[in-house]
Amino acid sequence: MIQVSMHLELLLAAILFLLGLIGVLVRRNILFVLMSAEIMLNAAGLAFVVAGAHWMQAEGQVMFIFILAMAAAEVSVGLALILQMHRQHKTVDTRVLNQLKDDPVPPVKELTEIQEEVNS
Amino acid sequence: MNVIFYIAAIIAIIATALVITGKNAVHALLYLIVSLLAISLIFFLLGAPFIAALEVIVYAGAIMVLFVFVIMMLNLGKAWEKTERSWFSAKAWIGPGILCIILLAELIMVFCSSAIPSGSTGVIGPRRVGVALFGPYVLGVELTAMLLMAGIVGAYHIGREKKRQYHRYLQNDEEKEGGL
Repeated sequence: MIQVSMHLELLLAAILFLLGLIGVLVRRNILFVLMSAEIMLNAAGLAFVVAGAHWMQAEGQVMFIFILAMAAAEVSVGLALILQMHRQHKTVDTRVLNQLKDDPVPPVKELTEIQEEVNS
Repeated sequence: MNVIFYIAAIIAIIATALVITGKNAVHALLYLIVSLLAISLIFFLLGAPFIAALEVIVYAGAIMVLFVFVIMMLNLGKAWEKTERSWFSAKAWIGPGILCIILLAELIMVFCSSAIPSGSTGVIGPRRVGVALFGPYVLGVELTAMLLMAGIVGAYHIGREKKRQYHRYLQNDEEKEGGL
């Protein structure tokens, strides 16, 4: 077994979680947002397993299994929502989903412009 | 053994960084699989072989296959890669990046200041995990089963392609517009 101090292992979980958080905050493609959410869930699970390993308890692994099942359910529903979004808006840009706003901003033109460039 | 942990940790961090900065969705997904495999190795080193296997089977196997299918169905082409590149401005990154670095510094301070008991690690096999899972946590297992069922039903219901149905009045309008 490894003799790394628990600080380092928890630090790894924290770094992975923060990378996922940056992804959620920064990316505009909803597929990448969902992937970043997966990274964050996985990092939380890593922290659970680290704690369970250091106190020699099986509870950490039990919690990881629950997180795993939750992530699977979340991803299946999330991907179905992405499919619906792509069907209705023909894009995966999160900024298009602003129809609850009072004064909707006109939809993003960048993709159509680029597609016209590619076609021409 | 410690060297293996450090290498796996560095691979996990680099692969994750490449995921969140990636432009092509499929490449980012492959990097995410690399990251998950590295974390799986860390689980194995931590004495959790069952969790390591689950990470490979469920995360890198099942969930990533779902992602691959959806990316194939969305069929984002070269145009999307260009769009992603145009979104990739420093202005979008700098705010969250600085905030997360501050958060990381705080976490490092908390970890270093708190005294964590350095217990001896050992292997916790699937037997102990199973006994805990179906002993005191059996209610959680039942709830997880319900959650997965809700996930299946929800994914089917949301992902179904619905035929758009108009009211009779609007339907006539559409026909008129089509005729004109």
